[in-house]
Amino acid sequence: MNDIEIVLNGEPRLVPGPSTVAGLLQHLSLDPWAVVVELNRQIVRRAQLEQTPLASGDSVELVHFVGGG
Amino acid sequence: MKPPPRLSFRRTSDFAIEGQLMTSTLSAPTGTDEPLTIGGRSFRSRLMVGTGKYRDHGVMTRAIKASGAEIVTVAVRRVDLDRTKEEGMLHHLSTDDYFLLANTAGCYTADEAVRHARLAREAGFNEFIKLEVIGDRETLLPDTEGLLSAARILVKEGFAVLAYTNDDLVTALRLEDAGCAAVMPLASPIGSGLGLLNPYGIRTIKRRLSVPVIVDAGVGTASDACLTMEQGVDGILMNTALAEASDPVAMATAMRWAVEAGRLAFLAGRMPRREVAMPSSPTGGMLR
Repeated sequence: MNDIEIVLNGEPRLVPGPSTVAGLLQHLSLDPWAVVVELNRQIVRRAQLEQTPLASGDSVELVHFVGGG
Repeated sequence: MKPPPRLSFRRTSDFAIEGQLMTSTLSAPTGTDEPLTIGGRSFRSRLMVGTGKYRDHGVMTRAIKASGAEIVTVAVRRVDLDRTKEEGMLHHLSTDDYFLLANTAGCYTADEAVRHARLAREAGFNEFIKLEVIGDRETLLPDTEGLLSAARILVKEGFAVLAYTNDDLVTALRLEDAGCAAVMPLASPIGSGLGLLNPYGIRTIKRRLSVPVIVDAGVGTASDACLTMEQGVDGILMNTALAEASDPVAMATAMRWAVEAGRLAFLAGRMPRREVAMPSSPTGGMLR
């Protein structure tokens, strides 16, 4: 188990590896149903979260709905 | 001008203002107007509200409830991983009660707006997107070129696009041609509260388009909403007018009835404007 460095929401961040996108969400205590994930500019569908590996250097965006007009 | 939907006045008391009408729980008169249909979905309320800038979530949820709105807008933003700021909106609004309309607010290019729209759809609620492509930081006026190009891409991808635009007829016509489900011209700049600056422009857009016209942005108080609906538009979307009112819940109630009143006044058909007086009482039978 080695940490891997990814870019998470624009900031470099060390996370436990090897991992998947689902593993990252679990590490961050985020509900997969409450967020949408983009990995290297590609949306990762919820059904694919478990099977999508996370590698060093990956860029991940985690978004959700906030107040807006 | 397309004829307005036919009114079926059963009795004048259908619209009587009785004491109970002043409460926000009584539903608006029914059976007198067609539902608002956008992208194949029908809505009873012609008032849509945003969820931004409220001082707290409790006030927001009460104000939204008081507004009677069914369509509620949200923005797509990065999750705050430090959890020091607000949690996601889904913690505060039940998607059983409201139809979530995600926006692309804050996007300055077509690419950014398309990216935000795709992320919003992936949240899994619906295929609607309130498309904003902003062209100027001071006025937040739309970049109509970017807007049209983003609209074309998103329509092709199956989105129901509700396009925030200015009060220009030609852009509105092009957005309709591009396949937008609704066109949303502004009353005045976002968050300005300046009210309806160009009634003629809005009226013209409504007269010439077949898709719903929803006025978005600029409404400041109830009379603005009423005047806007009297132009014949299909609905209004507002946020700051409620969020920045001293009492957002009371303002939401006022807006609910202002939108109803303006709609009914439009359907009722106003009297002609005259440059001279015309007596309301008989001119004959005077004592001499």
